[in-house]
Amino acid sequence: MNGLVLKDLGRRFGAVDAVKDVNIELQAGEFLSLLGPSGCGKTTTLRMIAGFLAPTSGSIILDGVEVSSPRGSLPPEKRGMSMIFQSYAIWPNMTVAQNVAFGLNLRKLDKAEIRRRTGEMLEAVRLNALADRYPSELSGGQQQRVALARALVIRPKLLLLDEPLSNLDASLREDMRFEIKRIHDEFRITSVYVTHDQSEAMVTSDRIAVINQGRVEQIDTPYEIYTKPRTRFVAGFIGRTNQITGRRGAQGVDFAGFTLPGAAFTGSEPDVFISVRPQSLHLSAEEPVTDNALKLKGTIAGRAFLGETWDYVFRSDAGLELRITARPHEVYALGAPVWARASSDQVVQIL
Amino acid sequence: MTVDTHPPASARTRRLTHFRPDQLAWLALALTLAVLIIAPLSMLVVKSFTDGTTGGFTLENYVTAYGRARHVQALWNTLVMGLASTVLAVLLAVPTAWACTRTNMPGRTFVRIALFGSFLMPPYLTGVGWILLAGPNAGFINQAWTALTGLEAPLVDIFTFSGLVLVMGLSTFFTIFILVSAAFELLSTEMEDAANILGAGVFRTAFKITLPMAMPTILGSALLTFLVSIALYGVPALISIPARYPVVVIQLAEFFSFPVRIEVAAAYSIPLLGITIGLLLLQRRVLGRKGYTAVGGKGGERRVTDLGAWKWAVFGYVMLVVLLAVAMPLLVLIMAAFSHSWVSGLSLENLTLEHFRYVLFEHSSSQRALITSVATGAAAATLAISLALSISYVVQRRLLPHAGVLAFLCMSPFVIPGIVLAIGFYAVYALPPVGLYGTYIILILAFTTRFLPIAYTTSTNGVRAINPEMEEAVRILGGGQFTAIRKVVAPLLKRTLASGWILIFVPAAQELSTAVFLVGPHTRVVSVVLLDMSEEGTFERLAALGSVLLLIIATIVLIGVKLLGRDFMLRRS
Repeated sequence: MNGLVLKDLGRRFGAVDAVKDVNIELQAGEFLSLLGPSGCGKTTTLRMIAGFLAPTSGSIILDGVEVSSPRGSLPPEKRGMSMIFQSYAIWPNMTVAQNVAFGLNLRKLDKAEIRRRTGEMLEAVRLNALADRYPSELSGGQQQRVALARALVIRPKLLLLDEPLSNLDASLREDMRFEIKRIHDEFRITSVYVTHDQSEAMVTSDRIAVINQGRVEQIDTPYEIYTKPRTRFVAGFIGRTNQITGRRGAQGVDFAGFTLPGAAFTGSEPDVFISVRPQSLHLSAEEPVTDNALKLKGTIAGRAFLGETWDYVFRSDAGLELRITARPHEVYALGAPVWARASSDQVVQIL
Repeated sequence: MTVDTHPPASARTRRLTHFRPDQLAWLALALTLAVLIIAPLSMLVVKSFTDGTTGGFTLENYVTAYGRARHVQALWNTLVMGLASTVLAVLLAVPTAWACTRTNMPGRTFVRIALFGSFLMPPYLTGVGWILLAGPNAGFINQAWTALTGLEAPLVDIFTFSGLVLVMGLSTFFTIFILVSAAFELLSTEMEDAANILGAGVFRTAFKITLPMAMPTILGSALLTFLVSIALYGVPALISIPARYPVVVIQLAEFFSFPVRIEVAAAYSIPLLGITIGLLLLQRRVLGRKGYTAVGGKGGERRVTDLGAWKWAVFGYVMLVVLLAVAMPLLVLIMAAFSHSWVSGLSLENLTLEHFRYVLFEHSSSQRALITSVATGAAAATLAISLALSISYVVQRRLLPHAGVLAFLCMSPFVIPGIVLAIGFYAVYALPPVGLYGTYIILILAFTTRFLPIAYTTSTNGVRAINPEMEEAVRILGGGQFTAIRKVVAPLLKRTLASGWILIFVPAAQELSTAVFLVGPHTRVVSVVLLDMSEEGTFERLAALGSVLLLIIATIVLIGVKLLGRDFMLRRS
């Protein structure tokens, strides 16, 4: 079986579980992001995949071969992987071309082959004009591309990226997101990308694993993660949302001012949590006639015009506050009486 | 693109757990440090309680060592001399440092370079220079005095307590100068401006603001200077005997003259070790974790104070320091080296190259000593820097458990005075069964130990500057730990390697305190030969050999400056 499997992977530091019971299966060619706040264990997971750190429980299986387990770890140099580091780790004592050719030299390919592949790769990252420069003469973005070229030129089984864009300034970061995406689409190398920036993860990834406190909260495509968050943490971490708490009752689940049919919800706990995105909610001056799942009467409690959208704070008569995003022409005055609604497929139950 | 060309992934994963080369490496490093540091130091203590003939336990050595009033007097004398010369060193160094860093005194760069010369000049050569200048009969100052006034009685006499203190202070004040200069340079001008605005003049500001802010550094460096001066051998060897002012190091040498009473010497050296360790611990206690950086505050612009007309007075004082410490002793030394007879002074018929010919081509022990000094210095520098680099790499990368112990051991020779270290080395390695007395090996090992702290500090700074991700990048691309060291770490450490090597070579090639008890008839180093020449009174030959040594060292330092930039030797503290 080709690909990467993390099975019940865990790592303890002293009494602290930095990573616990992580289960991920990665198909060949897939681009997966490990997304989470700092200190959540995503970098620890990446370093275990790379072989810099041994797990204290579980195992890592690469192309059907177990490479890490508490009994021992294959050293990083035997794994056929590549990694892009947060600091780029471009060797300052070598030129751009020497940096890129390094991995090929270690594989003892013949000179002509090394030169050809190095040249091709430099072209792919648009650095051929700078081949003989030293890293200190390059800009941050150029160094980033050297790191990318150096990692890709050996055609790794797996490419690991550790917050590679966090040292770049904002506009460059945006360009590089698409650059990484473009290069992945070109070479289809299986990749694991660690980041705390959700938009980076959304742009680059086939799937995102949201990690919190050492555990995987959800693994899904960016679209699924956004529209169908499974937990309160995921709903809150990816994009803005309204989280509403309800209680199971005789007629269904009662929320502040509205009731939803009990059949729509799983589980048996008395409390039920839902997430509704601000742009899934709509405002109207008249009472909506359609049979909406969520329908509330209230007033505009606050508003800000952001150019592309309106950002409203809606307060229901029962006192529930909701953030609602509206298009620029939907203008409501502060304090105006309005109705808010959302269709049932936009209401997501979260755990 | 398909997946190809990786190194074989066939290696089994379990392999690492059984074979632990890291434990072997730790053991090897720990063993080396045990040989260099633990064994000599513990043997020193053991020997001091051992009966020389029976080998049993005894307190007799302490009775012999401290049983005589003269021996106790030497201990007291050492403390008095140390204190006096430290006070003098502070008085020489602090105003000079202030003038060079905080004022618009003319010639600041010149003064710094000239004083750096005093750093390169070993204390025993400064001492010889001052014997030529202020010897009671023929010293140049006294000659001039007699010529001017017709009075026969000498004006100055170097062979007195004050002469001893003067040369001691002149030989040791550079440490204070360099550390205090660094502290002054960190001070923001705004601190002084604030005092000026409130109406304080230049000197009031200097005494009320600048000086107190640098006080922790001044006290710390004065303490170091005190410790250096009580353990220094070269200057007392030249001056304290004729001055009839016995000190500890001279008494130790007496225990080492035939018949060697190593046990008594060990017992007698314990206070020197105790004072050093005690004072450094006390300093740590007092300064806490602030160390020398109590000055703080990098912000704010730095601008020099305008001294107005006073700048010439300050310039005069600083020039006096330069004259006394470097210019005068160096000048008379060079003059003597080119003179038939140094007493006759400067004249055309007195000029000769005879002494250079003699020490370089005729006098076999001079030739040999030059080679020995350069070779043992180079070997010790190479050994110390390799050992220190391996250990600081292991410590910084946390490659081995308990690496902190190795780091602590590396720094520990800092508290062992050179002469005490030599006695320890003698006690373990000189005599049978090891029997290294009179070999190059014992000298090289002792020098390596002596300068290990410098090597370790330099190495740690170098290794710290390398991001571990640089090496991880090698590993993940298919290179092992050793490939990472060879291709990335070593090239990046080249500068550290070179500057550390020179930093050790320079003092090692001049070392006297550690060498004096360990040299054999065929392994005498230049410093020891120079001392013999001064006892024989052949000052012209001494001056010639000393000049050659200075020339070699200056050349090495100049090469270092050329390769590594101007301030590489001064950055270590």
